[in-house]
Amino acid sequence: MEQRISLAHGDGGELSHQLIKNVFIKAFGHRDKAMFDAASLTLPGNEIAVTTDSFVIKPIFFPGGSIGKLAVAGTVNDLAVSGARPLYLACGFVIEEGYRLSDLKRIVADMALEAKKAGVAIVAGDTKVVERGSADGVYINTTGIGVYEDEKKPNLAFKTGDAVIISGTIGDHGMAILGARGELGITVPVESDCASLNSMLMKIVKDVEDVRIMRDPTRGGLATTLVEITEDFSITITIKESSIPVREEIDGMCELIGFDPLYVANEGKAIIIVAEDQVDKALSIMNGYPEGKEAVVIGTVSSLEKGRLLLETPIGSKRLLSRLSGSMLPRIC
Amino acid sequence: MLEVLKQSSNPDILKPLLIAVKELAQKFQTVYGRKPAFMEVCGSHTMSLARSGIKQAIIEDVNLISGPGCPVCVTDQHSIDCMIELAEGDGRIICTFGDMMKVPGSRQSLMDAKIRGKDIRVVYSPVDAIDIAEKNPDKDIIFLGIGFETTIPILALLIKDAKARSIDNFSIWMSTKLVEPILRTLLNAGDVILDGFLLPGHVSIILGEEAYGFLPQEYKIGGVISGFEPAEMLSGIHKLLEMVLVKQPLIVNDHRAVVKKQGNAVAKKLMEEYFSVSDEAWRGIGTIPESGLDLRQEYNQYNAKIRHHVNPGEPKKTKCRCGEVIRGFIRPTGCALFGKACKPTNPIGPCMVSAEGSCSAYYQYLREID
Amino acid sequence: MCVGVPAKVIEKQEFSAVVDVMGSKTTVGTIFVPDVAEGDYVIVHAGQAMSIIDKTYARESVEEWRKFTNARSPETILKS
Repeated sequence: MEQRISLAHGDGGELSHQLIKNVFIKAFGHRDKAMFDAASLTLPGNEIAVTTDSFVIKPIFFPGGSIGKLAVAGTVNDLAVSGARPLYLACGFVIEEGYRLSDLKRIVADMALEAKKAGVAIVAGDTKVVERGSADGVYINTTGIGVYEDEKKPNLAFKTGDAVIISGTIGDHGMAILGARGELGITVPVESDCASLNSMLMKIVKDVEDVRIMRDPTRGGLATTLVEITEDFSITITIKESSIPVREEIDGMCELIGFDPLYVANEGKAIIIVAEDQVDKALSIMNGYPEGKEAVVIGTVSSLEKGRLLLETPIGSKRLLSRLSGSMLPRIC
Repeated sequence: MLEVLKQSSNPDILKPLLIAVKELAQKFQTVYGRKPAFMEVCGSHTMSLARSGIKQAIIEDVNLISGPGCPVCVTDQHSIDCMIELAEGDGRIICTFGDMMKVPGSRQSLMDAKIRGKDIRVVYSPVDAIDIAEKNPDKDIIFLGIGFETTIPILALLIKDAKARSIDNFSIWMSTKLVEPILRTLLNAGDVILDGFLLPGHVSIILGEEAYGFLPQEYKIGGVISGFEPAEMLSGIHKLLEMVLVKQPLIVNDHRAVVKKQGNAVAKKLMEEYFSVSDEAWRGIGTIPESGLDLRQEYNQYNAKIRHHVNPGEPKKTKCRCGEVIRGFIRPTGCALFGKACKPTNPIGPCMVSAEGSCSAYYQYLREID
Repeated sequence: MCVGVPAKVIEKQEFSAVVDVMGSKTTVGTIFVPDVAEGDYVIVHAGQAMSIIDKTYARESVEEWRKFTNARSPETILKS
């Protein structure tokens, strides 16, 4: 009979022990750190970065990834865009009673693989099981710890003329998820862009002078993230609609169902703002990585006041962009 | 072929078209001493004109006035309240276009009702509602049937489908509107100076170009049927300008690739079969005789108004001026609530919510940038 | 919401068709366009194909727009 998660897997007894030993530690390793109530870590340097994120995506497995891959890459990227080198992850699982053990193993294997790719260790974890119907399959929380190296961080010293770079096409994740849910009867031949970006971003931080800021445009999409930057730092950014990379199939489907790709989620993209004279260097670094091979400049910091995001349309008009205001979007991260 | 179709948003085509529009508009201003004023009837035109930046680009040259073509916006508050009140009944599933979800009712919105646990589903394709009815035989499925002539044939299709599949737990709350009666009402009232109409491409697919003959014949005003892509809209405005400069009001079909002379015969036949004209209440205008379509009597079993009684009470009075906005009487910015008390996150009127609403278009795309 | 995005019919069934929208695929009803054939482009509204795009007229429109481009030298366009 197919093995499924029961409430007893979360009660701290023998079944919990089995689950931790045979599923989590088997995949993540680090048994030495799991013997105590807390993992004990040694960190280089003084300043550390900590971030946490919960993942509730539906469907749990989707083209280009799974909740497991996403839970690692998402938190790794949050650390990396802040300029920190991701080192450790802790994870918490909330599992619905009756969930297939085989699927849980797939999720955990995806996490282990992505952690390996990103060079991070998963050193602490927790599992809770809730009654059938109280959760939708599996939810995962990951907390990440990273360190700042070489005293180099994005310097936030924005100047007029700074270039705004996006690392690749936008909207892939959100539309891939929408397609995978099957509710609209749409087949989107695009995979989620879900990926850890830390190698590429660490190289940028190390080799490029005057990186102003790095952000990952996840929920709310490119526009919402850029609006946040303009408001947080009171700068005006102007982006050119015709420069923004969007796959044709994403564009077409967005138009058909009334979405705007500017507001569709990404899970493997970074916005990088750098000094004008560093653009070529930044682009050449990014283009050398698979996750940055389509990186392009999409706009500039056009003034150091007002805190607004402007979009220049193909006929040359400019209009103001706001953050996503409410949405009909399904659960995508 | 796709390459041909994509030209409609090619900047190399758009820029010269834009210059041509500006030149003709200047010529008009020289002759008449004022800007030419055109009304885009359709809410999707309002949105596309603003989103593509055309409105902004010709703001000094042409006065583009948003018309009464957003179906949610033109629906009067009592009808909106009735539709929202439907969600309160037990054992019901309300199916709706996404636009309706956040429209403010006097007491609540459908979104509020959904959050409280009411079963309200957004469908992208209305025929999905019939599948929902089939899968939920113990529930009453009600489709909120708002829309103009583009959507009405699809509502007819729902009844046809429900009948063919012997589904009897399905009904439509009809609140549809027709283009001709509202254009006549606006022109009869005469409170807005208009030189021509940018006519809605999609409604025209159904009606055909002959449906607008009354404009030049009875009101001496012309119109151009236009698509929704930037080049199509610019071309439509250019043709309107040419027309007003030679003072020969006509109906020009500038969307011939999709709008046929007689319209869509299948759609017209379906509408005729299931619906008959009805008096409809319009926001800010009141009841206009024979300005919508309702189910014919023989289809009463699919008529939600007959199957389900609701009493939402008197609509709450607000300072919202949507009623004047949809008539082109004021711009959204002329309303004291605009952008202050009324925003997309906290809409007071439907024009701020709908994807086709003028206030929403203004808020999203046309706020001053300098 | 009215959209202008062209959908190409790639597989026709009795009252529906699979359409390709620049690479993504979905199914739309075809009851309003009984003569539709595979390879045709259609305009879709609320899940239904409402009209078949006439290729000759579509080309004519583009030619008409191009006349504005050809009437101007590239310099004047650039300056604007």
